[in-house]
Amino acid sequence: MEELFQQLTNGLAVGAIYALIALGYTMVYGMLRLINFAHGDLFTLGAYLGLTLLAAFALEGKMNGLAVGGALIVMSMGLVALVGYLLERIAYRPLRNSNRLTAVVSALGASIFFSNAIMLAYGARSQVYPGGILPTTAIAFFGVEIPLMRILMFIGAIALMLALYWFIHRTRIGSAIRAVAIDQGAAKLMGINVNSVISLVFLIGPGLGAAGGVMVGLYYGEIRYDMGFSFGLKAFTAAILGGIGNIPGAMLGGLLLGVIEALGAAYISIAWKDAIAFTVLILILIFRPTGLLGERVADKL
Amino acid sequence: MGAAFLELRDLRVSYGRVEALHGVSLRIEQGEIVAILGANGAGKTTTMAAVSGLIKPAGGGIFFDGRPLHTLHSHEVVRLGITLAPEGRRLFGTLTVLENMELGAFTLKDKRRAATIRDWIFELFPRLAERVEQLAGTLSGGEQQMLAIGRALMGDPKVLLLDEPSLGLAPIPARSIFASVREINRQGVTVLLVEQNARAALKIASRGYVMEVGKVVMEDRADALLANTDIQSAYLGRSKTS
Ligand SMILES: Nc1ncnc2c1ncn2[C@@H]1O[C@H](COP(=O)(O)OP(=O)(O)O)[C@@H](O)[C@H]1O
Ligand SMILES: [Mg+2]
Repeated sequence: MEELFQQLTNGLAVGAIYALIALGYTMVYGMLRLINFAHGDLFTLGAYLGLTLLAAFALEGKMNGLAVGGALIVMSMGLVALVGYLLERIAYRPLRNSNRLTAVVSALGASIFFSNAIMLAYGARSQVYPGGILPTTAIAFFGVEIPLMRILMFIGAIALMLALYWFIHRTRIGSAIRAVAIDQGAAKLMGINVNSVISLVFLIGPGLGAAGGVMVGLYYGEIRYDMGFSFGLKAFTAAILGGIGNIPGAMLGGLLLGVIEALGAAYISIAWKDAIAFTVLILILIFRPTGLLGERVADKL
Repeated sequence: MGAAFLELRDLRVSYGRVEALHGVSLRIEQGEIVAILGANGAGKTTTMAAVSGLIKPAGGGIFFDGRPLHTLHSHEVVRLGITLAPEGRRLFGTLTVLENMELGAFTLKDKRRAATIRDWIFELFPRLAERVEQLAGTLSGGEQQMLAIGRALMGDPKVLLLDEPSLGLAPIPARSIFASVREINRQGVTVLLVEQNARAALKIASRGYVMEVGKVVMEDRADALLANTDIQSAYLGRSKTS
Protein backbone atom coordinates (compact mmCIF):
# COMPACT_ATOMS: atom_id res chain seq x y z
CA MET A 1 0.00 0.00 0.00
CA GLU A 2 2.78 2.40 0.89
CA GLU A 3 4.71 1.36 -2.20
CA LEU A 4 1.65 2.09 -4.35
CA PHE A 5 1.20 5.51 -2.78
CA GLN A 6 4.86 6.33 -3.31
CA GLN A 7 4.70 5.30 -6.94
CA LEU A 8 1.46 7.16 -7.48
CA THR A 9 2.74 10.45 -6.09
CA ASN A 10 6.03 10.07 -7.92
CA GLY A 11 4.12 9.40 -11.13
CA LEU A 12 1.97 12.47 -10.61
CA ALA A 13 4.97 14.68 -9.96
CA VAL A 14 6.90 13.46 -13.00
CA GLY A 15 3.69 13.48 -15.00
CA ALA A 16 3.15 17.14 -14.14
CA ILE A 17 6.54 17.82 -15.75
CA TYR A 18 5.55 15.85 -18.84
CA ALA A 19 2.37 17.91 -18.93
CA LEU A 20 4.31 21.15 -18.67
CA ILE A 21 6.50 20.18 -21.60
CA ALA A 22 3.56 18.73 -23.51
CA LEU A 23 1.85 22.14 -23.48
CA GLY A 24 4.62 23.52 -25.68
CA TYR A 25 4.14 20.80 -28.27
CA THR A 26 0.40 21.05 -28.21
CA MET A 27 0.14 24.84 -28.44
CA VAL A 28 2.54 25.06 -31.36
CA TYR A 29 0.80 22.18 -33.09
CA GLY A 30 -2.61 23.76 -32.48
CA MET A 31 -1.38 26.98 -34.03
CA LEU A 32 0.80 25.84 -36.94
CA ARG A 33 0.18 22.08 -37.34
CA LEU A 34 3.90 21.77 -36.76
CA ILE A 35 5.66 19.49 -34.30
CA ASN A 36 8.43 21.55 -32.80
CA PHE A 37 11.04 18.83 -32.47
CA ALA A 38 13.42 21.31 -30.85
CA HIS A 39 11.07 21.70 -27.90
CA GLY A 40 12.67 18.88 -25.88
CA ASP A 41 16.06 20.52 -26.36
CA LEU A 42 14.72 23.85 -25.15
CA PHE A 43 13.63 22.00 -22.02
CA THR A 44 17.22 20.76 -21.63
CA LEU A 45 18.54 24.24 -22.28
CA GLY A 46 16.29 25.48 -19.48
CA ALA A 47 17.81 22.97 -17.07
CA TYR A 48 21.37 24.00 -17.98
CA LEU A 49 20.62 27.70 -17.85
CA GLY A 50 19.19 27.15 -14.38
CA LEU A 51 22.52 25.68 -13.34
CA THR A 52 24.49 28.51 -14.95
CA LEU A 53 22.31 31.17 -13.36
CA LEU A 54 22.71 29.53 -9.98
CA ALA A 55 26.47 29.82 -10.31
CA ALA A 56 26.46 33.24 -11.99
CA PHE A 57 24.44 34.88 -9.27
CA ALA A 58 25.91 32.69 -6.53
CA LEU A 59 22.37 32.29 -5.33
CA GLU A 60 22.88 29.21 -3.25
CA GLY A 61 22.60 29.90 0.45
CA LYS A 62 21.88 33.58 -0.09
CA MET A 63 18.14 33.25 0.13
CA ASN A 64 15.80 30.60 1.30
CA GLY A 65 15.77 27.51 -0.89
CA LEU A 66 12.28 28.04 -2.25
CA ALA A 67 13.15 31.57 -3.34
CA VAL A 68 16.31 30.29 -5.07
CA GLY A 69 14.32 27.60 -6.89
CA GLY A 70 11.65 30.12 -7.88
CA ALA A 71 14.21 32.66 -9.08
CA LEU A 72 16.04 30.05 -11.18
CA ILE A 73 12.78 28.95 -12.75
CA VAL A 74 11.65 32.48 -13.59
CA MET A 75 15.01 33.55 -15.05
CA SER A 76 15.46 30.38 -17.05
CA MET A 77 11.89 30.67 -18.35
CA GLY A 78 12.59 34.20 -19.53
CA LEU A 79 15.80 33.29 -21.37
CA VAL A 80 14.43 30.17 -23.01
CA ALA A 81 11.26 32.03 -24.01
CA LEU A 82 13.53 34.42 -25.87
CA VAL A 83 15.30 31.51 -27.56
CA GLY A 84 11.91 30.06 -28.53
CA TYR A 85 10.90 33.38 -30.02
CA LEU A 86 14.10 33.53 -32.10
CA LEU A 87 13.67 29.89 -33.14
CA GLU A 88 10.29 30.70 -34.66
CA ARG A 89 11.53 33.84 -36.38
CA ILE A 90 14.62 32.17 -37.84
CA ALA A 91 13.69 28.54 -38.44
CA TYR A 92 9.91 28.44 -38.89
CA ARG A 93 8.47 31.77 -40.03
CA PRO A 94 10.42 31.93 -43.30
CA LEU A 95 8.99 28.49 -44.14
CA ARG A 96 5.40 29.28 -43.14
CA ASN A 97 4.14 29.03 -46.71
CA SER A 98 6.33 26.24 -47.97
CA ASN A 99 5.32 22.61 -47.73
CA ARG A 100 5.01 20.85 -44.41
CA LEU A 101 7.96 18.55 -44.85
CA THR A 102 10.30 21.52 -45.18
CA ALA A 103 9.21 22.83 -41.78
CA VAL A 104 9.61 19.36 -40.25
CA VAL A 105 13.17 19.15 -41.56
CA SER A 106 13.85 22.60 -40.15
CA ALA A 107 12.48 21.50 -36.77
CA LEU A 108 14.69 18.41 -36.76
CA GLY A 109 17.66 20.56 -37.71
CA ALA A 110 16.90 22.97 -34.89
CA SER A 111 16.72 20.05 -32.45
CA ILE A 112 20.14 18.78 -33.53
CA PHE A 113 21.53 22.30 -33.39
CA PHE A 114 20.38 22.89 -29.82
CA SER A 115 21.44 19.53 -28.42
CA ASN A 116 24.88 19.90 -30.02
CA ALA A 117 25.21 23.48 -28.85
CA ILE A 118 24.37 22.40 -25.30
CA MET A 119 26.87 19.55 -25.51
CA LEU A 120 29.59 21.88 -26.79
CA ALA A 121 28.91 24.48 -24.14
CA TYR A 122 28.47 22.19 -21.16
CA GLY A 123 30.09 18.90 -22.15
CA ALA A 124 28.70 15.48 -22.88
CA ARG A 125 28.90 14.22 -19.32
CA SER A 126 26.04 14.77 -16.98
CA GLN A 127 26.11 17.72 -14.63
CA VAL A 128 24.97 17.90 -11.07
CA TYR A 129 22.52 20.33 -9.54
CA PRO A 130 23.81 21.01 -6.07
CA GLY A 131 21.75 19.10 -3.56
CA GLY A 132 20.12 20.80 -0.67
CA ILE A 133 18.83 23.87 -2.48
CA LEU A 134 15.35 22.68 -1.69
CA PRO A 135 14.54 21.02 1.62
CA THR A 136 15.03 17.25 1.50
CA THR A 137 12.54 16.65 4.26
CA ALA A 138 9.45 14.54 3.86
CA ILE A 139 5.86 15.15 4.78
CA ALA A 140 3.59 12.45 6.11
CA PHE A 141 0.35 11.82 4.22
CA PHE A 142 -1.90 9.21 5.79
CA GLY A 143 1.15 7.78 7.46
CA VAL A 144 3.20 7.69 4.24
CA GLU A 145 6.28 9.87 3.98
CA ILE A 146 6.32 11.88 0.75
CA PRO A 147 9.43 13.90 -0.10
CA LEU A 148 8.63 17.61 0.13
CA MET A 149 10.48 18.21 -3.14
CA ARG A 150 8.08 15.94 -4.97
CA ILE A 151 5.15 17.91 -3.61
CA LEU A 152 6.76 21.23 -4.50
CA MET A 153 7.46 20.10 -8.05
CA PHE A 154 3.88 18.94 -8.47
CA ILE A 155 2.44 22.16 -7.07
CA GLY A 156 4.80 24.31 -9.13
CA ALA A 157 3.96 22.58 -12.39
CA ILE A 158 0.23 22.58 -11.70
CA ALA A 159 0.31 26.26 -10.74
CA LEU A 160 1.98 27.15 -14.05
CA MET A 161 -0.59 25.12 -15.96
CA LEU A 162 -3.51 26.73 -14.17
CA ALA A 163 -2.02 30.14 -14.86
CA LEU A 164 -1.80 29.26 -18.53
CA TYR A 165 -5.36 27.97 -18.57
CA TRP A 166 -6.58 31.14 -16.94
CA PHE A 167 -4.64 33.27 -19.42
CA ILE A 168 -6.01 31.40 -22.44
CA HIS A 169 -9.61 31.43 -21.27
CA ARG A 170 -9.98 34.64 -19.33
CA THR A 171 -7.97 37.30 -21.13
CA ARG A 172 -8.36 39.14 -24.39
CA ILE A 173 -4.98 37.97 -25.68
CA GLY A 174 -5.88 34.44 -24.61
CA SER A 175 -9.01 34.50 -26.78
CA ALA A 176 -6.87 35.77 -29.64
CA ILE A 177 -4.67 32.68 -29.21
CA ARG A 178 -7.74 30.44 -29.32
CA ALA A 179 -9.07 32.26 -32.37
CA VAL A 180 -5.80 31.85 -34.28
CA ALA A 181 -5.74 28.14 -33.42
CA ILE A 182 -9.25 27.69 -34.80
CA ASP A 183 -9.01 29.76 -37.99
CA GLN A 184 -6.08 32.04 -38.81
CA GLY A 185 -7.88 33.79 -41.64
CA ALA A 186 -10.92 34.55 -39.53
CA ALA A 187 -8.67 35.72 -36.69
CA LYS A 188 -7.05 38.23 -39.06
CA LEU A 189 -10.51 39.56 -39.88
CA MET A 190 -11.02 40.27 -36.17
CA GLY A 191 -8.03 42.60 -36.31
CA ILE A 192 -5.73 40.09 -34.60
CA ASN A 193 -2.07 40.26 -35.57
CA VAL A 194 -1.55 36.56 -36.22
CA ASN A 195 2.24 36.81 -36.35
CA SER A 196 2.36 38.38 -32.89
CA VAL A 197 0.12 35.64 -31.53
CA ILE A 198 2.37 32.96 -33.00
CA SER A 199 5.40 34.69 -31.49
CA LEU A 200 3.65 34.76 -28.15
CA VAL A 201 3.02 31.02 -28.30
CA PHE A 202 6.72 30.49 -29.01
CA LEU A 203 7.50 32.53 -25.91
CA ILE A 204 5.04 30.67 -23.68
CA GLY A 205 5.69 27.07 -24.75
CA PRO A 206 9.49 27.08 -24.44
CA GLY A 207 9.17 29.15 -21.25
CA LEU A 208 7.06 26.43 -19.67
CA GLY A 209 9.47 23.80 -20.97
CA ALA A 210 12.36 25.62 -19.30
CA ALA A 211 10.48 25.66 -16.01
CA GLY A 212 10.16 21.88 -16.38
CA GLY A 213 13.89 21.65 -17.05
CA VAL A 214 14.87 23.49 -13.90
CA MET A 215 12.38 21.45 -11.86
CA VAL A 216 13.82 18.21 -13.21
CA GLY A 217 17.32 19.42 -12.33
CA LEU A 218 16.26 20.25 -8.80
CA TYR A 219 14.32 17.01 -8.41
CA TYR A 220 16.71 14.47 -9.89
CA GLY A 221 19.86 16.45 -9.19
CA GLU A 222 21.45 15.41 -12.48
CA ILE A 223 21.04 16.66 -16.03
CA ARG A 224 22.46 15.61 -19.39
CA TYR A 225 22.66 17.33 -22.75
CA ASP A 226 20.49 14.63 -24.34
CA MET A 227 17.79 14.33 -21.69
CA GLY A 228 15.47 16.41 -23.87
CA PHE A 229 15.12 13.41 -26.14
CA SER A 230 13.43 11.07 -23.67
CA PHE A 231 11.55 13.80 -21.80
CA GLY A 232 10.52 15.34 -25.10
CA LEU A 233 9.30 12.05 -26.48
CA LYS A 234 7.32 11.34 -23.34
CA ALA A 235 5.83 14.82 -23.29
CA PHE A 236 4.98 14.41 -26.96
CA THR A 237 3.31 11.09 -26.10
CA ALA A 238 1.38 12.90 -23.37
CA ALA A 239 0.23 15.51 -25.85
CA ILE A 240 -0.97 12.82 -28.27
CA LEU A 241 -2.56 10.90 -25.41
CA GLY A 242 -4.64 13.91 -24.42
CA GLY A 243 -5.33 14.92 -28.01
CA ILE A 244 -2.69 17.09 -29.65
CA GLY A 245 -3.70 20.74 -29.96
CA ASN A 246 -5.77 20.43 -26.81
CA ILE A 247 -4.46 22.23 -23.71
CA PRO A 248 -6.43 20.41 -21.00
CA GLY A 249 -5.63 17.23 -22.94
CA ALA A 250 -1.90 17.83 -22.59
CA MET A 251 -2.29 18.33 -18.85
CA LEU A 252 -4.35 15.18 -18.46
CA GLY A 253 -2.12 13.18 -20.81
CA GLY A 254 1.01 14.18 -18.90
CA LEU A 255 -0.34 13.22 -15.50
CA LEU A 256 -1.75 9.97 -16.84
CA LEU A 257 1.46 8.99 -18.57
CA GLY A 258 3.48 9.78 -15.46
CA VAL A 259 1.29 7.52 -13.37
CA ILE A 260 1.19 4.70 -15.94
CA GLU A 261 4.96 4.81 -16.22
CA ALA A 262 5.57 4.84 -12.47
CA LEU A 263 3.19 1.97 -11.83
CA GLY A 264 4.57 0.02 -14.77
CA ALA A 265 8.12 0.46 -13.53
CA ALA A 266 7.11 -0.68 -10.04
CA TYR A 267 4.90 -3.62 -10.89
CA ILE A 268 6.15 -4.83 -14.25
CA SER A 269 9.82 -4.00 -14.43
CA ILE A 270 11.96 -0.94 -14.04
CA ALA A 271 13.75 -2.01 -17.21
CA TRP A 272 10.52 -1.42 -19.10
CA LYS A 273 10.08 2.14 -17.85
CA ASP A 274 10.86 3.88 -21.12
CA ALA A 275 9.24 1.23 -23.26
CA ILE A 276 5.96 1.82 -21.45
CA ALA A 277 5.64 5.36 -22.77
CA PHE A 278 6.28 4.23 -26.32
CA THR A 279 3.85 1.39 -25.98
CA VAL A 280 1.25 3.91 -24.85
CA LEU A 281 2.11 6.12 -27.84
CA ILE A 282 1.73 3.27 -30.30
CA LEU A 283 -1.50 2.05 -28.72
CA ILE A 284 -3.12 5.49 -28.91
CA LEU A 285 -1.99 6.01 -32.46
CA ILE A 286 -3.59 2.69 -33.38
CA PHE A 287 -6.78 2.79 -31.33
CA ARG A 288 -7.52 6.44 -30.67
CA PRO A 289 -5.41 8.72 -32.83
CA THR A 290 -7.43 11.75 -31.76
CA GLY A 291 -6.38 11.22 -28.14
CA LEU A 292 -8.57 11.20 -25.08
CA LEU A 293 -10.04 14.69 -25.34
CA GLY A 294 -9.36 15.83 -28.88
CA GLU A 295 -11.77 15.13 -31.68
CA ARG A 296 -10.93 17.98 -33.99
CA VAL A 297 -7.69 18.89 -32.39
CA ALA A 298 -7.18 22.60 -32.69
CA ASP A 299 -10.74 23.54 -31.91
CA LYS A 300 -10.22 22.54 -28.32
CA LEU A 301 -7.16 24.63 -27.59
CA MET B 1 -13.13 63.14 -59.92
CA GLY B 2 -12.79 63.68 -56.16
CA ALA B 3 -11.57 61.04 -53.75
CA ALA B 4 -14.19 58.42 -52.96
CA PHE B 5 -14.74 57.04 -49.45
CA LEU B 6 -13.49 53.64 -50.58
CA GLU B 7 -11.90 53.28 -53.97
CA LEU B 8 -10.38 50.37 -55.88
CA ARG B 9 -8.20 51.54 -58.71
CA ASP B 10 -7.24 49.15 -61.49
CA LEU B 11 -6.81 46.34 -58.97
CA ARG B 12 -4.96 43.22 -60.09
CA VAL B 13 -4.74 40.08 -57.98
CA SER B 14 -3.04 36.79 -58.86
CA TYR B 15 -3.14 33.34 -57.33
CA GLY B 16 0.28 31.99 -58.19
CA ARG B 17 0.67 32.57 -61.90
CA VAL B 18 -3.05 32.86 -62.59
CA GLU B 19 -4.46 36.35 -62.54
CA ALA B 20 -7.94 36.42 -60.96
CA LEU B 21 -8.60 40.18 -61.09
CA HIS B 22 -7.56 41.97 -64.27
CA GLY B 23 -7.83 45.59 -63.24
CA VAL B 24 -10.96 46.17 -61.16
CA SER B 25 -12.05 49.73 -60.34
CA LEU B 26 -14.86 50.53 -57.91
CA ARG B 27 -15.95 53.62 -55.99
CA ILE B 28 -18.07 53.59 -52.86
CA GLU B 29 -19.29 56.84 -51.32
CA GLN B 30 -19.89 57.26 -47.61
CA GLY B 31 -23.30 56.03 -46.49
CA GLU B 32 -24.01 53.96 -49.60
CA ILE B 33 -24.95 50.34 -50.07
CA VAL B 34 -23.12 49.17 -53.19
CA ALA B 35 -23.77 45.72 -54.63
CA ILE B 36 -21.31 43.58 -56.57
CA LEU B 37 -23.01 40.99 -58.75
CA GLY B 38 -21.55 38.27 -60.85
CA ALA B 39 -21.48 34.55 -61.54
CA ASN B 40 -19.42 32.07 -59.57
CA GLY B 41 -15.71 32.61 -60.14
CA ALA B 42 -16.11 36.20 -61.34
CA GLY B 43 -13.70 37.43 -58.68
CA LYS B 44 -16.09 38.92 -56.09
CA THR B 45 -14.60 37.10 -53.09
CA THR B 46 -11.10 37.87 -54.32
CA THR B 47 -12.03 41.56 -54.46
CA MET B 48 -13.30 41.48 -50.87
CA ALA B 49 -10.20 39.59 -49.71
CA ALA B 50 -7.97 42.21 -51.32
CA VAL B 51 -9.83 45.08 -49.64
CA SER B 52 -9.51 43.29 -46.27
CA GLY B 53 -5.79 42.84 -46.74
CA LEU B 54 -6.02 39.04 -46.80
CA ILE B 55 -4.46 38.98 -50.28
CA LYS B 56 -1.82 41.40 -51.53
CA PRO B 57 -2.66 42.89 -54.92
CA ALA B 58 -0.19 42.44 -57.75
CA GLY B 59 -1.08 45.85 -59.13
CA GLY B 60 -3.33 48.86 -58.73
CA GLY B 61 -4.45 50.23 -55.41
CA ILE B 62 -7.13 50.41 -52.74
CA PHE B 63 -7.77 53.71 -50.99
CA PHE B 64 -9.88 54.49 -47.96
CA ASP B 65 -10.55 58.17 -47.35
CA GLY B 66 -7.56 58.82 -49.59
CA ARG B 67 -5.23 56.52 -47.62
CA PRO B 68 -3.70 53.49 -49.32
CA LEU B 69 -4.98 50.19 -47.88
CA HIS B 70 -3.16 47.81 -50.18
CA THR B 71 0.11 48.21 -48.28
CA LEU B 72 -1.47 47.31 -44.93
CA HIS B 73 -1.87 44.00 -43.12
CA SER B 74 -5.39 42.74 -42.55
CA HIS B 75 -5.34 43.57 -38.84
CA GLU B 76 -4.43 47.16 -39.71
CA VAL B 77 -7.29 47.39 -42.20
CA VAL B 78 -9.69 46.33 -39.44
CA ARG B 79 -8.28 49.01 -37.16
CA LEU B 80 -9.02 51.65 -39.81
CA GLY B 81 -12.68 50.66 -39.71
CA ILE B 82 -13.22 48.17 -42.51
CA THR B 83 -14.50 44.74 -41.50
CA LEU B 84 -15.51 41.73 -43.54
CA ALA B 85 -18.20 39.15 -42.86
CA PRO B 86 -16.61 36.55 -45.13
CA GLU B 87 -18.14 34.06 -47.53
CA GLY B 88 -19.06 30.90 -45.63
CA ARG B 89 -19.20 32.99 -42.42
CA ARG B 90 -16.00 31.56 -40.87
CA LEU B 91 -17.37 31.65 -37.33
CA PHE B 92 -15.34 30.25 -34.46
CA GLY B 93 -17.62 27.23 -34.25
CA THR B 94 -16.38 25.83 -30.94
CA LEU B 95 -16.66 29.19 -29.19
CA THR B 96 -19.90 30.67 -27.90
CA VAL B 97 -21.93 33.37 -29.58
CA LEU B 98 -20.70 35.87 -27.02
CA GLU B 99 -17.04 34.83 -27.40
CA ASN B 100 -17.37 35.28 -31.17
CA MET B 101 -18.76 38.75 -30.65
CA GLU B 102 -16.03 39.64 -28.18
CA LEU B 103 -13.44 38.61 -30.75
CA GLY B 104 -15.19 40.91 -33.21
CA ALA B 105 -14.53 43.73 -30.74
CA PHE B 106 -10.85 42.77 -30.43
CA THR B 107 -9.61 46.09 -31.78
CA LEU B 108 -12.10 48.19 -29.84
CA LYS B 109 -10.41 49.80 -26.85
CA ASP B 110 -13.50 51.61 -25.59
CA LYS B 111 -15.43 49.10 -23.47
CA ARG B 112 -18.49 51.30 -23.21
CA ARG B 113 -18.67 51.71 -26.96
CA ALA B 114 -18.40 47.92 -27.28
CA ALA B 115 -21.33 47.46 -24.88
CA THR B 116 -23.43 49.96 -26.81
CA ILE B 117 -22.76 48.19 -30.10
CA ARG B 118 -23.49 44.81 -28.54
CA ASP B 119 -26.87 46.04 -27.30
CA TRP B 120 -27.63 47.41 -30.74
CA ILE B 121 -26.73 44.07 -32.37
CA PHE B 122 -28.98 42.24 -29.91
CA GLU B 123 -31.78 44.63 -30.88
CA LEU B 124 -31.08 43.97 -34.53
CA PHE B 125 -30.83 40.20 -34.03
CA PRO B 126 -32.80 39.24 -30.89
CA ARG B 127 -32.12 35.57 -31.70
CA LEU B 128 -28.45 36.13 -30.86
CA ALA B 129 -29.34 37.65 -27.49
CA GLU B 130 -31.25 34.47 -26.64
CA ARG B 131 -28.30 32.30 -27.58
CA VAL B 132 -25.25 34.07 -26.12
CA GLU B 133 -23.95 30.95 -24.38
CA GLN B 134 -24.60 28.60 -27.29
CA LEU B 135 -21.68 27.35 -29.40
CA ALA B 136 -21.61 29.19 -32.72
CA GLY B 137 -21.30 25.93 -34.65
CA THR B 138 -24.66 24.72 -33.36
CA LEU B 139 -26.66 27.71 -34.63
CA SER B 140 -28.98 27.48 -37.63
CA GLY B 141 -27.73 28.89 -40.94
CA GLY B 142 -29.68 32.11 -40.54
CA GLU B 143 -28.47 32.60 -36.99
CA GLN B 144 -24.89 31.92 -38.06
CA GLN B 145 -25.16 34.65 -40.67
CA MET B 146 -26.60 37.03 -38.06
CA LEU B 147 -23.62 36.23 -35.87
CA ALA B 148 -21.15 36.71 -38.73
CA ILE B 149 -22.61 40.15 -39.39
CA GLY B 150 -22.88 40.96 -35.68
CA ARG B 151 -19.28 39.92 -35.12
CA ALA B 152 -18.11 42.16 -37.97
CA LEU B 153 -20.15 45.06 -36.55
CA MET B 154 -18.58 44.63 -33.10
CA GLY B 155 -15.42 46.25 -34.45
CA ASP B 156 -17.42 49.47 -34.95
CA PRO B 157 -16.69 49.62 -38.70
CA LYS B 158 -17.17 52.56 -41.01
CA VAL B 159 -17.40 50.15 -43.93
CA LEU B 160 -18.94 46.69 -43.68
CA LEU B 161 -18.00 44.19 -46.37
CA LEU B 162 -20.54 41.40 -46.80
CA ASP B 163 -19.67 38.41 -48.98
CA GLU B 164 -22.77 36.42 -49.94
CA PRO B 165 -24.70 36.83 -46.70
CA SER B 166 -27.75 35.01 -48.07
CA LEU B 167 -25.79 32.01 -49.36
CA GLY B 168 -27.43 28.75 -48.32
CA LEU B 169 -30.30 30.43 -46.51
CA ALA B 170 -34.01 29.69 -47.00
CA PRO B 171 -36.04 32.59 -48.46
CA ILE B 172 -37.40 33.87 -45.15
CA PRO B 173 -34.12 34.07 -43.22
CA ALA B 174 -32.51 35.52 -46.35
CA ARG B 175 -35.12 38.26 -46.53
CA SER B 176 -34.58 39.07 -42.88
CA ILE B 177 -30.81 39.38 -43.46
CA PHE B 178 -31.38 41.86 -46.29
CA ALA B 179 -33.72 43.88 -44.07
CA SER B 180 -31.05 43.96 -41.37
CA VAL B 181 -28.41 45.12 -43.84
CA ARG B 182 -30.63 48.03 -44.79
CA GLU B 183 -31.11 48.87 -41.09
CA ILE B 184 -27.35 48.69 -40.43
CA ASN B 185 -26.80 51.08 -43.31
CA ARG B 186 -29.41 53.49 -41.91
CA GLN B 187 -27.33 53.64 -38.75
CA GLY B 188 -24.51 55.12 -40.82
CA VAL B 189 -22.44 52.10 -41.85
CA THR B 190 -21.34 52.07 -45.49
CA VAL B 191 -21.93 48.63 -47.02
CA LEU B 192 -20.26 46.79 -49.87
CA LEU B 193 -22.44 43.77 -50.61
CA VAL B 194 -21.50 40.78 -52.76
CA GLU B 195 -24.51 38.69 -53.70
CA GLN B 196 -25.70 35.92 -55.98
CA ASN B 197 -29.23 36.93 -55.08
CA ALA B 198 -28.98 39.94 -57.37
CA ARG B 199 -32.57 41.06 -57.12
CA ALA B 200 -32.61 41.26 -53.33
CA ALA B 201 -29.22 42.98 -53.32
CA LEU B 202 -30.22 45.59 -55.89
CA LYS B 203 -33.41 46.35 -54.00
CA ILE B 204 -31.47 47.61 -50.98
CA ALA B 205 -28.45 49.01 -52.87
CA SER B 206 -28.06 52.46 -54.34
CA ARG B 207 -25.64 51.32 -57.04
CA GLY B 208 -24.29 48.09 -58.40
CA TYR B 209 -21.31 46.69 -60.28
CA VAL B 210 -21.42 43.57 -62.41
CA MET B 211 -18.27 41.45 -62.60
CA GLU B 212 -17.33 38.81 -65.16
CA VAL B 213 -14.11 36.80 -65.13
CA GLY B 214 -12.08 39.24 -63.10
CA LYS B 215 -13.38 42.46 -64.64
CA VAL B 216 -16.13 44.97 -64.01
CA VAL B 217 -18.36 44.81 -67.08
CA MET B 218 -21.15 47.11 -65.99
CA GLU B 219 -21.83 49.79 -63.42
CA ASP B 220 -25.08 51.63 -62.82
CA ARG B 221 -27.68 52.79 -60.38
CA ALA B 222 -29.45 49.87 -58.71
CA ASP B 223 -32.87 50.65 -60.18
CA ALA B 224 -31.39 50.92 -63.66
CA LEU B 225 -29.68 47.53 -63.26
CA LEU B 226 -32.95 46.01 -62.04
CA ALA B 227 -34.65 47.30 -65.20
CA ASN B 228 -31.82 46.31 -67.56
CA THR B 229 -32.91 43.40 -69.78
CA ASP B 230 -29.38 41.95 -70.12
CA ILE B 231 -29.05 41.90 -66.35
CA GLN B 232 -32.51 40.44 -66.01
CA SER B 233 -31.73 37.51 -68.24
CA ALA B 234 -28.25 36.89 -66.84
CA TYR B 235 -28.72 37.44 -63.11
CA LEU B 236 -32.35 38.06 -62.24
CA GLY B 237 -33.99 35.00 -63.73
CA ARG B 238 -36.42 36.98 -65.91
CA SER B 239 -39.23 34.49 -65.57
CA LYS B 240 -39.37 34.93 -61.79
CA THR B 241 -41.43 37.68 -60.29
CA SER B 242 -40.77 38.70 -56.75
N1 LIG C 1 -7.22 30.35 -53.16
C1 LIG C 1 -7.29 30.33 -54.51
N2 LIG C 1 -6.29 29.78 -55.22
C2 LIG C 1 -6.34 29.76 -56.57
N3 LIG C 1 -7.33 30.27 -57.30
C3 LIG C 1 -8.36 30.84 -56.65
C4 LIG C 1 -8.39 30.90 -55.21
N4 LIG C 1 -9.53 31.53 -54.84
C5 LIG C 1 -10.17 31.84 -55.97
N5 LIG C 1 -9.48 31.43 -57.06
C6 LIG C 1 -9.86 31.62 -58.46
O1 LIG C 1 -10.04 33.01 -58.66
C7 LIG C 1 -11.18 33.26 -59.45
C8 LIG C 1 -12.15 34.16 -58.70
O2 LIG C 1 -12.67 33.45 -57.59
P1 LIG C 1 -13.60 34.16 -56.50
O3 LIG C 1 -13.01 35.47 -56.18
O4 LIG C 1 -13.77 33.20 -55.39
O5 LIG C 1 -14.94 34.35 -57.30
P2 LIG C 1 -16.43 34.62 -56.79
O6 LIG C 1 -16.37 35.03 -55.37
O7 LIG C 1 -16.91 35.70 -57.67
O8 LIG C 1 -17.18 33.36 -56.98
C9 LIG C 1 -11.78 31.89 -59.79
O9 LIG C 1 -11.30 31.52 -61.06
C10 LIG C 1 -11.21 30.99 -58.75
O10 LIG C 1 -11.06 29.69 -59.24
MG1 LIG D 1 -17.30 34.15 -53.75
